[in-house]
Amino acid sequence: MHPAFSVIFFTTASGAGYGLLALLAIFTLSGLLPATTWLGFVAMAISLGLIGAGLLSSMLHLGHPERFLRALTQWRSSWLAREGVLAIATFVPTGLFGIGWVFLNSTSGMFAWMAALSAVMAAVTVFFTSMIYASLKPIRQWHNGFVPPAYIVLGTMTGALLLVFLARLFGVYSPVFGILGIALLMTGWVLKTAYWRHIDTAPARSTLGTATGLGRLGGDVRLLEMPHTEENFLMREMGYQIARKHASKLRFLVHLLLFAAPLALTTLTFWSAVPPLAAGAASFGAVVLAGLGVATERWLFFAEATHTSMLYYGRTM
Amino acid sequence: MTSLPSARGPKRLGLVIDLDTCVGCHACATNCKEWNTSGHSAPLTDLNAYQAEQRGVWFNRVFTFEAGGQGENARTVHFPKNCLHCEFPDCVTVCPTGASYKRAEDGIVLVDADKCIGCKLCSWACSYGAREYDEDAGVMKKCTLCIDKIYNEKLPEADRVPACVATCPAKARHFGDFNDPESKVSRLTRERGGYDLMPETGYQPTSKYLPPRPGKRTAGASLPREEGGRDSAGKFLRWVDAVLSR
Repeated sequence: MHPAFSVIFFTTASGAGYGLLALLAIFTLSGLLPATTWLGFVAMAISLGLIGAGLLSSMLHLGHPERFLRALTQWRSSWLAREGVLAIATFVPTGLFGIGWVFLNSTSGMFAWMAALSAVMAAVTVFFTSMIYASLKPIRQWHNGFVPPAYIVLGTMTGALLLVFLARLFGVYSPVFGILGIALLMTGWVLKTAYWRHIDTAPARSTLGTATGLGRLGGDVRLLEMPHTEENFLMREMGYQIARKHASKLRFLVHLLLFAAPLALTTLTFWSAVPPLAAGAASFGAVVLAGLGVATERWLFFAEATHTSMLYYGRTM
Repeated sequence: MTSLPSARGPKRLGLVIDLDTCVGCHACATNCKEWNTSGHSAPLTDLNAYQAEQRGVWFNRVFTFEAGGQGENARTVHFPKNCLHCEFPDCVTVCPTGASYKRAEDGIVLVDADKCIGCKLCSWACSYGAREYDEDAGVMKKCTLCIDKIYNEKLPEADRVPACVATCPAKARHFGDFNDPESKVSRLTRERGGYDLMPETGYQPTSKYLPPRPGKRTAGASLPREEGGRDSAGKFLRWVDAVLSR
């Protein structure tokens, strides 16, 4: 599948934004984050900024962005519509949670309920995003049980790295944040490794034999002549192909940037000899590297995905 | 509504494509383009039409495959592919706007271009690659089963069939109602073992393909061989051969 920049940015940025939002809500509720103005302002600005920029970016790849409100109507059947509705609805409790935190320095009472609601809705929104992909039967690299947990864990994981950095910046760091980050990094690493093993080994359900029904004649089916000489929409959209050797290099980069390096940097700060400034720099480094890593991971998520319509064009799945 | 119609109407319209008789002439694809570029989903935009890197919308594409073995055992099968108007199409249910819909009365799957936001998700959900995006109009387009032709009362009744069916010189394409067990498409499907493409999707295509009939292979005529040529040649030629072979 064609790795469109708009969609890669949308899923990674909004994933991190919702992840951070959910963690901000949880840790203000548990009292580990104080209800102070500047912390609240910066944290909410980063979280809502990532979510907003992601959602705007997702509209960039539309043929008719001005009609986007229509995309909220079919929530009964469409995961994309559900995601859109929930993304917009989440702004209501999140807005109130943010107002309480930043302007009233209060995260209790009604604002606590809004924080809890924000956390739940953020998680469900990321789940709905993942289901847009996981529900597509023609793409076996997406239509599997690894995709929704991977989206949720990677979103929360990148959000947790942002949280650690913010907490360092404002001097409100708690080891709980670091431990959570490490736990999420390890879970994400295991999930993504299992995902790659799955897509590398699971047999493709469809072949050119089933796609044409000519498998019934016995033997394999081969493409003899293309229906057209130039690339059409299908080939440009679904026919993106990445060489296996490039894919394995990029996977290595993901292992390194998204998991190994942030894990090392986050673990390092538990060593008591590390001065606060160095710990802050390490948490910033973890954010930057994981940002590059998650963009590569999402690029691969698209580039490695194969679509059954390409069977007709002589591709294997 | 992009939920599928819960109550289905009396008709289930679709095509039967006979892979035994298709000669791969692309007339169906050409006539489809001709009719539909001024029909329900008009125009079928072509960009760079007269230069390199042409990009255009087509509802019907004709592939050619080899199947059934290797070498002289292999069969060449021409394979037209277009929307199959599935019974349970995900291209409809994934649509966030209600632009993609399946008609209850006859099962035809259509796009309402005025509602489409051009997110392309429906094309991702179609296993068969039946939908093509019009990048000029910014909306998705697809086979309409010539809805503007098959119900057109201004046309003589015999012409109220999809353009691809009307034009096929090999009579490899048939149009009809699969809910009527006595319709031509139902009979052909029954008698010739009509099948679904990629049944594993669960989309349950309405349109069916008829498999190529088992081929009858006779020993082909062979070219005259050189061996024994000397014996059958005349006296004079034998003398020429002897002289030249010296």
